[in-house]
Amino acid sequence: MRFVPVVAFLLLLPLLPGSALASERFPPPDFETGYKQPQTITPHARWPVLEYLDVFVLAGALGLSAYLVMKKRSRRGIAALSIFSLAYFGFYRQGCVCAIGSIQNVALGLMGSGYHVPFSVVAFFLLPLLFALFFGRTFCAAVCPHGAIQDVVLLRPLRVPGWLEHTLGLLAYIYLGAAVVFAATGSAFILCEYDPFIALFRLTGSFEMVTLGVCFLVIALFVGRPYCRFLCPYGVLLGLLSRVSKYRVTIYPDKCIKCRLCEDSCPYGAIREPTPEPVAVGRAAGRKTLLLFMALLPVLIAIFSWMGVGIGPSLARSNATVRVAERVWREDTGKASGTTKASSAFRYTGQPPQKLYKEALQIGRRFRTAGGLFGAWVGLVIGLKLIALSVKRRRFEYEADRAACVACGRCYPYCPEEHVRLKALAEIMAKEAVT
Amino acid sequence: MAEGENSKGRREFINGGLRGAMLMGFGALTGLLLDRGQAEDTVWQIDPDLCTQCGNCATYCVLEQSAVKCVHAYVMCGYCDLCTSYFEPQPNALNTGAENQLCPTGAIRRTFVEDPYYQYTIDESLCIGCAKCVKGCTTFGNGSMFLQVRHDRCLNCNECSIAKVCPSRAFRRVPASQPYLLKVKPHAG
Repeated sequence: MRFVPVVAFLLLLPLLPGSALASERFPPPDFETGYKQPQTITPHARWPVLEYLDVFVLAGALGLSAYLVMKKRSRRGIAALSIFSLAYFGFYRQGCVCAIGSIQNVALGLMGSGYHVPFSVVAFFLLPLLFALFFGRTFCAAVCPHGAIQDVVLLRPLRVPGWLEHTLGLLAYIYLGAAVVFAATGSAFILCEYDPFIALFRLTGSFEMVTLGVCFLVIALFVGRPYCRFLCPYGVLLGLLSRVSKYRVTIYPDKCIKCRLCEDSCPYGAIREPTPEPVAVGRAAGRKTLLLFMALLPVLIAIFSWMGVGIGPSLARSNATVRVAERVWREDTGKASGTTKASSAFRYTGQPPQKLYKEALQIGRRFRTAGGLFGAWVGLVIGLKLIALSVKRRRFEYEADRAACVACGRCYPYCPEEHVRLKALAEIMAKEAVT
Repeated sequence: MAEGENSKGRREFINGGLRGAMLMGFGALTGLLLDRGQAEDTVWQIDPDLCTQCGNCATYCVLEQSAVKCVHAYVMCGYCDLCTSYFEPQPNALNTGAENQLCPTGAIRRTFVEDPYYQYTIDESLCIGCAKCVKGCTTFGNGSMFLQVRHDRCLNCNECSIAKVCPSRAFRRVPASQPYLLKVKPHAG
């Protein structure tokens, strides 16, 4: 009796088909001692209602942030709120769900690949954009944990030269385009994969990710918010929307007296100085440059989209199906010897390779289109940047750049008018207390 | 200065128009995203029928100790004395000696039920999801041991980093209300 299973096993050994198909090799025992089989336990996930709590906290934090930035004008309040956000969205929620990553879910969801975007992700994608439409980048100011972690380590901000700022700023647009391409084709979520801070929020992660995070933090000591300014794809969307926002961050509470005290107060290079009187000669030349760049725009789009179509096939290798198909094809045609884990896993399923090839070709075609669109996007971004740089808009006061300002409120206390305002307020309050 | 005022008014008007357009766009987007047939939220899970026990689950999870654990469907188990999940291919003896065990962390507990049957229980706090025992059970046994994402540990990352490297694409998103893909094939006869 004791060796029955062993004998059965030995007898069955030559007959074993594949492997997972195997069940029932050893019949279930008939227990005589009244033994009861334990249940397989299935622990539950996080309570789903907490997802709504996240959205609620997000909405509350956004509202509070807008109030602190626009109405209260309190740097201390903004800093306190950003530390709360860092603790809640960063270390407690461990960086997931996040607005930056939600771009990919939305892209994948819109492509209609059968992927359903959860309610909380839709909320995390749309709420900050909605707030940006009215109050500018108040999400960046005190709600985003990525912004907060860089903001708190800022030690001694160096001024980034204008040309470098503009050039690096383009990276974020390209990163956004790439993220949408990879997500929409169902291949990869690159924003999550290469997120520099997630490993720090989770206090664990691969060596590369922790190193990347630490490097970003070290850079953030001297260059204010490097991720936000030069890489963040969600910041691109927020920046675009805050260009047309209803209310905007102003350095002064009432009017600018051009005292120049705020000039160096912004660690993120977002303060624009008043423009000098335009000179007639310079204007004519400027107009010529502008026309040239406008003519260049379609050319740039055409060139880059042609290049994009060209790199489509190499981008397609990011897709797992395409990789397996290529490997199986190489093995079948004798171009590669041996098998990989993926190719043997595919063969194990017993499906015909033709079906796999067909699927891979379809994805490849999608990548050609996506690559072309991505190229066109890069061309458009570069072209528009050149145009924007050659348009000279007159400024009469010191202004916070609508797109670049992350509403951190550091410039407020530099403005003498602000001190006047605060004192006046204090006087009024004192008077009211008396009466 | 009047010109400046004018252009300011014009810009404000254009901005207002753009804002309105954006708002409508947001509305449309929300409708589109939330409409999709009222589908449910999802979590990651492993389809045990596709799993090839490659061992990636143990190393690629973002958690220090993988959220993937070995799960035992007792109804499928043969309660073998010579359990190919528990013992090394050529064990010295069929006892609980560490040198006989296949599990690198000793996470499987073997308890005597009645002659000649033994119960095998997974200690999930020790299990690292390496699938060595799963391989043993699927190749030579009933396949009652298999890997599952444990949702009390899983962070439900936006894109599961094990799913990315899973060679057999056994990882997929499943409805959050049915978060496990358990093997419960009842015994025939």
